[in-house]
Amino acid sequence: MKKITLVGLAATVLSSTLVSAAPAPKDTQFVPVPTYRSGPYSAASTAMFGGYMDYMAMLNARDAGINGVRLSWEICDTEYKTDRGIECYEKLKNKGDKGATSFSLLQTSLTYALLDKVAKDKIPLISMGSGRSDATDGEVFPYVFPLVANYWRQNVAKIEFIAQQEGGVDKLKGKKIVNLYHNSAYGKETQKILDAQAEKYGFEVEHFSINPSTGTEQQGIWLHIRRIKADWVLLRGYGAMNPTALKEARRSGFPVNRIIGSAWTGSEEDVIPAGKAAKGFIAPSFNAGGADFRVITDIRQRIYADGKGNVKEANIGSVYYNRGIVLGILNAEAIRTAQGKFGNQPLSGEQMRWGYENLNITDDSLRALGAEGLMTAVKTSCKNHEGNGKIHFQQWDGEKWTIISDWMDPDSSLVQPLIEASAAEYAHKNNITPRDCSKE
Amino acid sequence: MLYRECGQFKSSYKSDSSIFPILQDKIGILSLLAVAFFIVPVFANEYWLGSILIPFLILSLAAIGLNILTGYAGQLSLGSAAFMAVGAFAAYNFALRMPGIPLVVDFILAGLTAAGVGILFGLPSLRIKGFYLAVATLAAQFFIIWALTRFGWFSNYSASGIITAPPIIIFGYEFSSAASRYLLTLSIVSVLALAAANIIRSSVGRSWMAVRDMDIAAEVIGIKMLNTKLLAFAISSFFCGVAGALWAFLYLGTVDAQAFDLARSFEILFMIIIGGVGSILGSFLGAAFIILLPILLNVFFSLFSGAVHADTISHIEVMIFGALIIFFLIVEPHGLARLWQIAKEKLRLWPFPH
Amino acid sequence: MDFFFEVLIGGLLAGVMYSLVALGFVLIYKASGVLNFAQGAMVFFAALTFVSLLEKGLNFWAVLVLTLGFMVLMAYSIQKLVLDKLVNQPQITLFMATIGLAFFIEGFAQTLWGTEVHGLDLGIPDEPFIVAGMYISQFDIIAALLAGVLVAVLAVFFNKTRIGRALRAVADDHQAALTVGIPLQQIWVIVWAVAGVVALVAGLLWGSRLGVQFSLTLIALKALPVLILGGFTSVPGAIVGGLIIGGSEKLAEVYIGPYVGGAIEDWFPYMLAMLILLIRPEGLFGEKHIERV
Repeated sequence: MKKITLVGLAATVLSSTLVSAAPAPKDTQFVPVPTYRSGPYSAASTAMFGGYMDYMAMLNARDAGINGVRLSWEICDTEYKTDRGIECYEKLKNKGDKGATSFSLLQTSLTYALLDKVAKDKIPLISMGSGRSDATDGEVFPYVFPLVANYWRQNVAKIEFIAQQEGGVDKLKGKKIVNLYHNSAYGKETQKILDAQAEKYGFEVEHFSINPSTGTEQQGIWLHIRRIKADWVLLRGYGAMNPTALKEARRSGFPVNRIIGSAWTGSEEDVIPAGKAAKGFIAPSFNAGGADFRVITDIRQRIYADGKGNVKEANIGSVYYNRGIVLGILNAEAIRTAQGKFGNQPLSGEQMRWGYENLNITDDSLRALGAEGLMTAVKTSCKNHEGNGKIHFQQWDGEKWTIISDWMDPDSSLVQPLIEASAAEYAHKNNITPRDCSKE
Repeated sequence: MLYRECGQFKSSYKSDSSIFPILQDKIGILSLLAVAFFIVPVFANEYWLGSILIPFLILSLAAIGLNILTGYAGQLSLGSAAFMAVGAFAAYNFALRMPGIPLVVDFILAGLTAAGVGILFGLPSLRIKGFYLAVATLAAQFFIIWALTRFGWFSNYSASGIITAPPIIIFGYEFSSAASRYLLTLSIVSVLALAAANIIRSSVGRSWMAVRDMDIAAEVIGIKMLNTKLLAFAISSFFCGVAGALWAFLYLGTVDAQAFDLARSFEILFMIIIGGVGSILGSFLGAAFIILLPILLNVFFSLFSGAVHADTISHIEVMIFGALIIFFLIVEPHGLARLWQIAKEKLRLWPFPH
Repeated sequence: MDFFFEVLIGGLLAGVMYSLVALGFVLIYKASGVLNFAQGAMVFFAALTFVSLLEKGLNFWAVLVLTLGFMVLMAYSIQKLVLDKLVNQPQITLFMATIGLAFFIEGFAQTLWGTEVHGLDLGIPDEPFIVAGMYISQFDIIAALLAGVLVAVLAVFFNKTRIGRALRAVADDHQAALTVGIPLQQIWVIVWAVAGVVALVAGLLWGSRLGVQFSLTLIALKALPVLILGGFTSVPGAIVGGLIIGGSEKLAEVYIGPYVGGAIEDWFPYMLAMLILLIRPEGLFGEKHIERV
């Protein structure tokens, strides 16, 4: 009896070869949502992609899509693993009338892995607020868009902020800054620029990695940080690493208000589990938190009132959730821009690339969208795939984030040459002939 | 009736000790290979070839490697993914630093490097047994992944620790389409699987099984522990290393050390448990099961789309995985391969019941 | 020198926390010969259940009792559905079954309670004491005391009560225990339930330290080197093993770590354990294993 069950089971599994999944609805703009819903980093992804899907659903409900073209989407769970991510990409890239609109990733290692593939398949890869930073150069990376603010720019903002707190750029000389980073592609990306900044401004920087798979044992590192009497710590963590870091910092006596996180350590999901230890923690962000925006009210009315929301209602308005809305806005405006050139119909990835490259979201358009104050203006071009979004700093007071700086526009003079040099090196290594933006 | 040995007489020792002595078996295997080589690439679409069949073949190879170590030689190892990582990074470095060498030779060199590392971490097996050895292999798993991530030399100082495989060009032909990569993988895997099956049948394989069953008695009758155990580690790591190199070059294209973490080791262990410990066929069956199960679950749950939240689906998958492992261990500890064996035995008697 | 002691003390206290988890392993191995890889998942499940019920607004003690009930129920189901069916299988098979069990419990916990990270405030203050210029964590001291109390309770349980004696008899020799009329199945349920309670205590302390999230399951991986050092069957061994692993790990991270870029806390305990195994294959306190051919 048991053996028969076993055989039946095996046969069922092996027969899944014959089944295939459902196709996307016709005449819609298909958007893949490569999220990860389990594991130590799921909080950020669930919140952000939840906001993303909520915004798209709201557009469908309120405006019947974009200029009459409805949006459709499908989730694929990458489990924060590169190989699952590639599987998701291959599965979803050709779905929909004209293929996938774009691939919005919150997974730097997957971004790196897909660089060649998206160029070949002509599908825009959106890595909003992340990397790789040198993909800002659209001549070498025509299909990669680190929109709003890439990692390097965020880093420049952090150092500028520290300089502000210390009383001026000249006061940075001789200070000790520790870079505590998550041992992944995301974590490692700022080492080079920190070293460059250290040389320019005269501060000392020490780099320490935390292993992603556990990320829970940080006692030794924080004791060491205290021993070397570091002045500031840049906490470049992700997911479970963050609350642990804050707790260990407190236990070892390091003042939490001297810890500056990254854009991906600065949301409610990261600090609430740390409890009292997170009080005073500072983090940058390129979008605002809070639920006081017309666009969120619309989402609540149209989507959550019917119980079709993608996150728990209590989490609406968290920094990550709002970041998802920003992503939704960028995506929708790119579609709208591209439709202006190619017509009001489902668009292909190549056409969408034009849309992403010609984004011009101004304060006026943000006001019209109901997102004034949620994000800052973004203007992309062929050569600048980032858009120069502004960054502000917020501090956790135990209950909510309070904004403690203005919207900063970090100095590009250090970043731009690095981007061009790094992109050129990539082009050289991979035999890519950069396109010439002035001719397009 | 169909599956009978009647009338098949062997007239030489050579033909008697061939790997598939029964004619029906020979025909079966040859037709399976013919289908795999000629028919599948023509009819399967790119997604199937590139995302299902290629990883299936590569993971079967890794499972064969683990089976050699755990199934045949009885040394429980939880570090097989680390040896895959060694193979992947070694192949990358050989291709990078010695560009003149043909790619297939790179894979072999990668396998040999992994074998060397395997011998190193296999040395404790001479003193340690059972669970303790499993924990020592965990040491290998964590240390190797840390080392590959920490020392930039392995990934050619890339900013992210990710290595990108060069384009696969053998004899001037570029293997870029999914079908061509599939055929290349299939060739390598079938050759190595055949090699494994033959090693198992030889005296080396028998000495492993002796060590597995009762190692002190084996030592008493003259089997050298040192050579036997280290050879098992070496050959097993060779297979895992080649699998890792194939994983990086022919499947993903880019890989970082985290792709070969503890979860991957467990995945390979599950494959051999479900497929059948101590069986080459079992490695393939187990790999097929583990690869297809998530797809089946996804399809199954998409039928109830909306009713079950996407988060829950991944958790239910994990639960089903765990439950299946336990189920298999209870019902059929020898795995799917044993079921196949039982089927063959019944087939010999068919249409008679016994 | 101060700093050295600070790191050492911090490490020792962390080590006590590891011992708590290792204790669960030891209990089960002692009584049923199974190396329960699912102990980490049990810690996670206990902590997650506790925190989720607490967040629903129930009273602390009510939640504690409810969670204990859950753990006992879990022990009972594991016994009936898994262990009973695998009675005479080799140890490796049982170990692999517990690996499957670990996956099952992890998935189940997350299906039931979701994947969010929860903070857990047990009311234990976390500011450091400053003693002679060294920072000592209040939390760690209290955790160590709690662990000590737990060990003492377990010691009394094993030595002075009838059930405790029955457990020791079962650990010694299953057949003999059956012969004198000790109900084996019941004993195993009790053992797993006690291990579940230990998992709950460990889960609460670790959850309060790190937040209740998925990486709690990985604490089990830290407990394995502790078991190797301390032996699989010795309760004092688990404590000593934990102290050694905790102390050496932190010292290595602080003194050796910066030279190799950090993050060595992961593999250092395993390497240490492996080296010790090479010298003493049964671990420091393990029973000498006599093999009959």
